Amino acid sequence: MATIYIDDKPFEVPEGKNLLETCLNLKEDLPYFCWHPAMGSVGACRQCAVTVYKDENDKVGRLMMSCMEPVRDGMRLSIKNQQAKDFRNNVIGWLMTNHPHDCAVCDEGGSCHLQDMTVMTGHTYRKYSFDKKTYRNQYLGPFLNHEMNRCIQCYRCVRYYKDYAGGKDLDVFGAHNHLYFGRAEEGVLESEFSGNLAEVCPTGVFTDKTLKQHYTRKWDLTTAPSVCHHCSLGCNTIAGERYGTLRNITTRYNGEVNGYFLCDRGRFGYEFVNSAARIRKPLVRSQLPEATTKEHALQEAAGMISKGRVIGIGSPRASVESNFVLKTLVGEDNFYLGVSEPDHDLVEFNLRVLRETKAHILSLREVEKCDAVLILGEDLTNTAPMLALAVRQSVRQQPLEEVAALKIPLWQDAAARELIQDKKGPLYIATFNPTKLDEVATEIFNATPAEIARLGFAIANKITGQPSEVNDLGKAEEDLAAQIAEALLLAKRPAIISGTHGGRESIIKAAANIANALHDKGKEAGIMLTAPECNSMGLDMLGSHRLESAFAVMEHGEADTVIILENDLYRRACSDEVNKFFEQCKNVIVLDHLHTPTTERANVLLSAGTFAESDGTLVNNEGRAQRFYQVYPTSEDLQESWRWLMQLGAAIEHKQMLGWSTFDDILPAIVVAHPELKGIERVTPSADFRIAGQKIPRETHRFSGRTSMNAGMNVSEPKPQEDPDSPLTFTMEGYRGQAPSSIIPFFWSPGWNSQQAINKYQEEIGGPLHGGDPGIRMIEKTEQSIGTHFSEAPEHFQPLADHLFMVPVYHTFGSEELSAQAPAIAQLTPEPYLILNVTDALELKLEEGQHLTFKIGELMYHLPIKISMTITRGTAGLPVGLPGVPFAELPGWAILNKDLIWKQKPQAIS
Amino acid sequence: METPLTQHIVANRPPLSLKEYEQVGGYQSVRKVLKQMTPAEVTELVKASNLKGRGGAGFSTGMKWSFVPMDVPGPKYLICNADEMEPGTFKDRLLLEGNPHQLIEGMIVAAYAIQANVSYVFLRWAYKLAAHEITKAIQEAYDAGYLGKNILGTGFNLDMHLHTGVGRYICGEETALINALQGKRANPRAKPPFPQVSGLYGKPTIVNNVETLSCLPHIVNNGAEWFKGLSKSEDSGTKLYGVSGKVKRPGTWELPMGITVRELLEEYAGGMKDDVQFRGLLPGGASTDFLVEEHLDLKMDYPSITKAGSRMGTGTMIVLDDKTCPVGFVLNLQHFFAQESCGFCTPCRDGLPWVEKILLAMERGEGKPEHMNILEFHTQFLGPGNTFCALAPGAMEPLQSALKYFRADFERHITEHKCPWK
Repeated sequence: MATIYIDDKPFEVPEGKNLLETCLNLKEDLPYFCWHPAMGSVGACRQCAVTVYKDENDKVGRLMMSCMEPVRDGMRLSIKNQQAKDFRNNVIGWLMTNHPHDCAVCDEGGSCHLQDMTVMTGHTYRKYSFDKKTYRNQYLGPFLNHEMNRCIQCYRCVRYYKDYAGGKDLDVFGAHNHLYFGRAEEGVLESEFSGNLAEVCPTGVFTDKTLKQHYTRKWDLTTAPSVCHHCSLGCNTIAGERYGTLRNITTRYNGEVNGYFLCDRGRFGYEFVNSAARIRKPLVRSQLPEATTKEHALQEAAGMISKGRVIGIGSPRASVESNFVLKTLVGEDNFYLGVSEPDHDLVEFNLRVLRETKAHILSLREVEKCDAVLILGEDLTNTAPMLALAVRQSVRQQPLEEVAALKIPLWQDAAARELIQDKKGPLYIATFNPTKLDEVATEIFNATPAEIARLGFAIANKITGQPSEVNDLGKAEEDLAAQIAEALLLAKRPAIISGTHGGRESIIKAAANIANALHDKGKEAGIMLTAPECNSMGLDMLGSHRLESAFAVMEHGEADTVIILENDLYRRACSDEVNKFFEQCKNVIVLDHLHTPTTERANVLLSAGTFAESDGTLVNNEGRAQRFYQVYPTSEDLQESWRWLMQLGAAIEHKQMLGWSTFDDILPAIVVAHPELKGIERVTPSADFRIAGQKIPRETHRFSGRTSMNAGMNVSEPKPQEDPDSPLTFTMEGYRGQAPSSIIPFFWSPGWNSQQAINKYQEEIGGPLHGGDPGIRMIEKTEQSIGTHFSEAPEHFQPLADHLFMVPVYHTFGSEELSAQAPAIAQLTPEPYLILNVTDALELKLEEGQHLTFKIGELMYHLPIKISMTITRGTAGLPVGLPGVPFAELPGWAILNKDLIWKQKPQAIS
Repeated sequence: METPLTQHIVANRPPLSLKEYEQVGGYQSVRKVLKQMTPAEVTELVKASNLKGRGGAGFSTGMKWSFVPMDVPGPKYLICNADEMEPGTFKDRLLLEGNPHQLIEGMIVAAYAIQANVSYVFLRWAYKLAAHEITKAIQEAYDAGYLGKNILGTGFNLDMHLHTGVGRYICGEETALINALQGKRANPRAKPPFPQVSGLYGKPTIVNNVETLSCLPHIVNNGAEWFKGLSKSEDSGTKLYGVSGKVKRPGTWELPMGITVRELLEEYAGGMKDDVQFRGLLPGGASTDFLVEEHLDLKMDYPSITKAGSRMGTGTMIVLDDKTCPVGFVLNLQHFFAQESCGFCTPCRDGLPWVEKILLAMERGEGKPEHMNILEFHTQFLGPGNTFCALAPGAMEPLQSALKYFRADFERHITEHKCPWK
């Protein structure tokens, strides 16, 4: 620790940090632009100048950029000194010489760091009286709007996009005061993390284009803490609404999960909530019109479930609470997990590994700090995008040790990057196909699932030093396994990343073995496993039967009614099977928010709220339970699935559900039924939580138009809707101070209207939020963790004549069901295709773009091919979940129908 | 009077070939250092000679070298800064075009001292003739075994490459030069770390000026004391001085360090042309403060000029006369600096164009009284340390001194709503 004097007041502060960060940690208001807590200092904007004095006798001092100066014991500085204040004021003056002063029509207005800093420095009158320069803006794709005239040249965008996120197609062009931040030519930004530019940019150059379609100022949004529903990582988000539509998603900082950033699927996938395909009223199909009242729909549904045997099918995209209430309603024996057969086994196996592993279960943020990473079977950019971004940071860890050795502070970002150049720490990637992360990898191993698992088993054996239990390992694989084992053993914090998207238990087994082996060798090894969907883990922790059994039960006539919770069964099993199932159901009750092929089969369709209209808990891939909150009040006809199910329970006087009426009534019952989920009731404060007798408002104190927003219909202001389920209000009234970390609806602090207000909510910059980051881990390594060693490496992959072994291919944009319904995401969703090995294509006499016809199970596929040099012969890559690609259990065999190939007229992909 | 650097340069004659250069004693210093001296001894010798960097900053060359960590593994680099581009400065050009072998010889000495095995000449793009001569000379040096592997059988290796820039003044700043050489934007880097520790490709690197490097063979051959003895002041050696402006004989001369401004102006440059009067001069290039009549008897060396509130810079002066508008004179410089700002830091990027626009307005008769204050705060706030590198502080030097010595002329532009010289 060091003692520094800020305006003659002593402070005990950690040594080694820069002055800016230190001042912000002390909650001082010191303006800045180019510094970013996740990206360090470069000293470009000169906004954070302070006066630094040689000693206590020095009364003049000199200006220094606080972001570039390390803390030294005894240092004396002044923020308030007139010279420093004048300089900071003038920096804004300079930045404004070419800024268009268009706040009134700028999307950033009201959440603009430039506005905040301008006010903070006191720059009010413009002295510059000459012409301003103007720029031509670029089309950058469906996510971001570009308005270069507003640019203040802080270089944050290119530093984030290129240096931090590894993007290639955004740069700075020109020189002096004619700089241009954009692409070499117009076009869609290639990075899956481009949306963060909207938050990284301190002004309105890069703004959220989806928000622009239905623009609202930040202060006019009704916002709530939410959790991303578009992959298993559970990134924390803030969802904002006005006039009944969801307007945007921004990052909710979580020091253990997503930090400052989100991926584009998470940020822009929200618009399915506003989709025309929403189910906004309950439907009873036996009548006309089908749309009906809540009471009538409930009555119909209650009638169906009060007699006969009812089964329930849960969903990995519905909350723990909704699934639990369904399970309670139908009874444990009648509850089925609504996931595909492979997913069922894989998630269960994930859970087993996490429960038993001796290695540390990594959080997303911890992955950034790992100094050697092995990825088995996961194309992270497409299956868990933010994990790919974390891995990009991890490859810098070993080279950064050289920087530290030269006593260069790691926050000296430009200096650190210059010193390490292109050096990368160990990253090994074993996948079926090339991935975007390959460019930062040490070695890449593209092979079949079996070969990847075999490599993994071999690595574990090399680490333990045991003779290989992998038979017949090739020389190249043997050497690679030895190289990887050595790299992992040399690292301080090696990480093993795998998951369910590889589609094979054996791959996860291998990952578990490696992590345990490293642990046994005394390494601080970590493991991270991805899961298929946002609540796959939570659903599996409730435990229940296979979907297949539900089909069997119906087939055997052992049940007649099914309640399907937020699930499209056509994405879980072959359409033939699902069709057969529905034909055997007497009554089908479906709860969902979007029309799907499954909702078409419903006799009663209950309009369920999306994440934005519901409260609930999700358990992410690492076993972290996180709460998301309803953002805005909904109409009578739209409500949380758990509430529909609770009301159904009440209608049939279900014994176990007596007295249940709010969210908080469910939680104790979950803990009783599932002791492993103990803690879920403490994830956030209960609904009766108050600070100074007040709830936390979802709306800012500047929220405007409340008295007039409904005046077109009725001049009397309606009474605000109550929220019985949370300590949040749907209004602007309530406690104005900082809320506990798990129920922060928006980041705001006096003078800090942009996302940068996060600084004020953290215990230290870049560290945990005050009181600890939200979310509670349901699975933690304990003393009893046994670290099971899984044996049985699979045999070599054997190609089959006239067959192709289909491996799954995932897409950031398109593979996930809900986000694919968002128009911006849909624009970037690829057309269906199949990846084929070049030699196989030659043998089949197929050229790029020509169609191949094949059969998986009973289903015929007919897809244009993309030729690959890397995919193993005899295998092919089939996109998962894309519109136009029906469900198949992957990996799995497809039969080639040669007759059909020849008859097929070649077609180019448009 | 000895003129070691320019003794073999004859006007309108091509530079000495390697053979001719060897005949007049060329490359002897290479033999000496490679065969008889340790790298540390070379550094000590240069330190003892008190050679100061001739690129403008005047930092001790031996001292600069001594910051290179000698015990770290991996490559080290030597770079010759031949990106001479400051308005009014043309002294390196003489050495580059006139005696490229002298430079190459000096670079081999320097590379040996820091044990660099790769070296670059970073040359201003517009010096086409220099590029031609250096290319030829490097090839000759390779052919004669002064460059390449196992030089003179000593086991020392050195490769040398010529790199021509694309014409950016900022590349004269050594860290921007390094970035440019790496193919990156020519933005300067933050110091520390200094290039001696983390320079080209993150490796220890020394960047020295053409004139500095050209001094080395002579220091090695004749010793530190000889070098000191060349000078008339506490700074050692000779210096290439230049004079431009409305003088009778503008040009560049190698003279003992520390001759007076007056000697240079009147004896060598022949004094002012007959129809003009002297008003002031920038002693060391466009980024130095004006000196006026009262300073003419100062010695042209680093400490004397610094004491007078200016900088010796590159030692090439630009003279202002009474028929030239000082505002227009400064505007011309500010236009250059504003255009050459790399655009990285705010005060320089946005401050210099503002200054330029004000001066332009004054010249057009559109100057306003408040413009004087704006110019003043720029000279104050674009000072050293406030900007990322020395470009903007350098740009402010002629402006702040012009405001001091020629304030009335600025004010006349405003009050008369026109340029009095037009």
